[in-house]
Amino acid sequence: MRILVCISHVPDTTTKVKFAENNTRLDQTGIQWVINPWDELSLTRALELKDDAGNGVESVSVAHVGPVSAEPTIRKALAIGADAAFRVDAEPRDAYQVAAQLKKIFETAAFDIILCGIESSDYNGSNVGSMLAEMLDLPSVSAISGLRIENGAIIVTREIDGGKEQLSVEVPFVGIVQKGIAKEPRIASMRGIMQARTKPIQLIEPAPAEPLTAISTFDPPKPRAACKFADPENPAQLIEWLQNEAKVL
Amino acid sequence: MSVIVYTENWDGKFKKLSYELVSYAVKLAEMLQTQAIALSIGDVDDQELKTLGRYGIGRIIQLDRGPLSHFDSQAYARLIADTASKENANVLIMANNNAGKSLAPRVSVRLKAALASGVNQLPVSLQPFLVSKRVFSGNAFAQMELKTDTRILTLAQNSFDLAENPADPVIERSVASLEAPPSGTRVLDIQKQSGKTLLTDAEIVVSGGRGMKTPDNWAPLVELAELLGGATACSRPVSDEGWRPHEEHTGQTGKIIAPNLYFAIGISGATQHLAGISSSKYIVAINSDKDAPIFEAAQYGIVGDASKVLPALVEAVKKMKS
Ligand SMILES: Cc1cc2nc3c(=O)[nH]c(=O)nc-3n(C[C@H](O)[C@H](O)[C@H](O)COP(=O)(O)OP(=O)(O)OC[C@H]3O[C@@H](n4cnc5c(N)ncnc54)[C@H](O)[C@@H]3O)c2cc1C
Ligand SMILES: Nc1ncnc2c1ncn2[C@@H]1O[C@H](COP(=O)(O)O)[C@@H](O)[C@H]1O
Repeated sequence: MRILVCISHVPDTTTKVKFAENNTRLDQTGIQWVINPWDELSLTRALELKDDAGNGVESVSVAHVGPVSAEPTIRKALAIGADAAFRVDAEPRDAYQVAAQLKKIFETAAFDIILCGIESSDYNGSNVGSMLAEMLDLPSVSAISGLRIENGAIIVTREIDGGKEQLSVEVPFVGIVQKGIAKEPRIASMRGIMQARTKPIQLIEPAPAEPLTAISTFDPPKPRAACKFADPENPAQLIEWLQNEAKVL
Repeated sequence: MSVIVYTENWDGKFKKLSYELVSYAVKLAEMLQTQAIALSIGDVDDQELKTLGRYGIGRIIQLDRGPLSHFDSQAYARLIADTASKENANVLIMANNNAGKSLAPRVSVRLKAALASGVNQLPVSLQPFLVSKRVFSGNAFAQMELKTDTRILTLAQNSFDLAENPADPVIERSVASLEAPPSGTRVLDIQKQSGKTLLTDAEIVVSGGRGMKTPDNWAPLVELAELLGGATACSRPVSDEGWRPHEEHTGQTGKIIAPNLYFAIGISGATQHLAGISSSKYIVAINSDKDAPIFEAAQYGIVGDASKVLPALVEAVKKMKS
């Protein structure tokens, strides 16, 4: 069993996002890039599965579509424990174009389980994983919060409205991962960091795919009205405002 | 030309979300001077389908279950894409919920149609086709251009008001047909908890953070939610500690919700928490620290001790109700 974890990197969530050139692009100065939180969890789960020899996981690889400046992110994933990495040397422009690049990685080296995160915390697309599955004509299961291997069969758990569902999936398949897949993201050990230096990052030529969308401008959210305070001794006042002013009760 | 809206059903019933989508599709079809068509897949009876007519839909395509045993995104995406092609859709509308998130990207690939997810208003312009969507977990919005002739939009829940506009829809029923239904997934087990208002459906959400102090203090919070017909939620540390179940965790790494009213009780208002709730119409904060960042996001607040304020709020709501 071979696992591929697709990783994107995103501005650290505490970054104050700013825009440049008349709000047409993200101002990258001072941004700390981190592995997208769900991808970190997918990688953690993939490594946990590999740790248990009974699961028969041969290797865990990571895939990234991005320019050379993204290599620190890839090295970090290798330091956490991935065996190998693939990078498509292309500027990510939209989900469609990125999925087409990831497809090329799959065609270069076969995998049984491909994991993507439920969304990138920057553009909040939630698109790449299912697009990739469709491009590869593979089954996928979205929003999975559990993944295990039982006698060679893949069992996933997904949250449905007001409950949980267990499914078996044929490989190869694309799993789109949400919270719960792993408890805490695994962190790199000193030894991992040393080993990562010599692990291979295979460079892949971009596939000819054009994006279907483009962001023209960014707008900061409209400031909310200042908070109106009710007297703590008289919470009924708050209820009255909610009822008659906001009209939400 | 047409605007197609995929209306998901839950055991044969629609939810408010479905009606929001229909209201939006009807408005958009007006802007585009074309007709809106609802597409529904599964076991839905005529009476239920007719309820979509309240929001102005004139035509409904109902595909009965046929070979489909359960929700499989690969199979459903084919049916939706086929219908969109047949009806010459120039816009396809879906929900930005789990089902929509798993279907829309697949349909986008099948039709090579540009996709914008989490759209929160009608298009900003039709030529070029520009929509506004949430980015950076609610810290900004982006105007996104969809560059193909067919476009797909998934709509952020609770962003649109229902628009009543009664119509008597024509229902066209056929059986979902797929040459070779994909069989990659098989359901082994379903565990359902029933009765409770689902967090993602709730119009009022009462949420507690570490300021609630201990898991034993939740009774008045739950009572407040019940009195208001709402759902309960919590911050991440609260679910990490096991004070509350994981399904209640809201925020960047938990659920993203947009109720009409969100009570943040003993929650500091970290950006990662706000990422999950900032699209709420109204935020009410109750916090003992007047400088807590949650008050910058809230429209209404009380500076005070949750253990005192909550029971008083419960009393005030009871009084309001009586
Ligand atoms: C990558 C990443 C992702 C994250 N994702 C999420 C997420 O999805 N959701 C999330 O919630 N967090 C998330 N976090 C954690 C987030 O940064 C905060 O740590 C968390 O939201 C704080 O939870 P809290 O407000 O309950 O607790 P605290 O920050 O400890 O705040 C408690 C609040 O209660 C108030 N208080 C104390 N006593 C009382 C009292 N008696 N009455 C009233 N108020 C009182 C305090 O003044 C304080 O404001 C994430 C963090 C990271 C790094
Ligand atoms: N540039 C990228 N390289 C590799 N994987 C990516 C990239 N962008 C997105 N992904 C994957 O797709 C998931 C969802 O991203 P998105 O559709 O952009 O919200 C991420 O969690 C990653 O697993």
